Amino acid sequence: MDKNKRNQNYNLYVESKVPKTKAWPSLFKAFLVGGIICAIGQGLFDLYSYLFPNLAESEVTTCMLMTIIFITCLLTGIGIYDVVGAWGGAGSVIPITGFSNSISSPAVEFKKEGIIYGICVKMFTIAGPVIVCGVVGSIVCGFVGLFI
Amino acid sequence: MISVWDYVISFLVGGFICFLAQILVIRTKITTARILVLFLIIGMILEVFNVYAPFKEFAKAGASVPIIGFGASLARGAIMAAKEYGVIGIFTGGLTAAAGGISMAIFASFIVALIFNSKTKRGGH
Repeated sequence: MDKNKRNQNYNLYVESKVPKTKAWPSLFKAFLVGGIICAIGQGLFDLYSYLFPNLAESEVTTCMLMTIIFITCLLTGIGIYDVVGAWGGAGSVIPITGFSNSISSPAVEFKKEGIIYGICVKMFTIAGPVIVCGVVGSIVCGFVGLFI
Repeated sequence: MISVWDYVISFLVGGFICFLAQILVIRTKITTARILVLFLIIGMILEVFNVYAPFKEFAKAGASVPIIGFGASLARGAIMAAKEYGVIGIFTGGLTAAAGGISMAIFASFIVALIFNSKTKRGGH
């Protein structure tokens, strides 16, 4: 049997063994989880606007996001957010909770490798690209902003 | 001040954005990092073309909680600072606007990692 044929057969075999993501249920779950997280965010936003009426809307939004980020880190540490992530798919990634989880999850996971080389280095394995693209993109936007 | 409609629209819009992302996940098997970066850039583009502000006015937390809102606030910070302080603002504005979120994520993760030990992975990322 030549090499190409064997590789092709192997790929077919892998394809048949990989668990299929059932399309419609997973879409529905992502919608539900993402929607609930956003509704919780709206609840916190209303709570903070009520508690601190002097703050500007953007500052209330920042407070709300920071609260969500903190809660997600805590839930990741306890091990609950992994369950939400496995169930909700992209619904747990796209809200700011996904960004928070992408930092705290490897931090907890690689704790055994030490504080510097474990926690501090591995913290940015997924969030690193997000922060780099964020900074580079914001500088590009700033240049654009200079001319409009 | 508090209206039920805000919650309904946050749920629907936030859910719909995640729905679109899940379609991408199923069709292309895109990774977590790529999907976050993709939606971050979408948020920046929306902000540059002044579409994000009316969108947020309409969708409330449905627009600000997804990573799109994070991208938009980075872009908005840089644009505002560029107008106010010139060239130096281009470099300081973005991270200043996003500082709260990034600092909290790093700080909370560090503390949580010190306190908790890893559990056996059950799926997740």
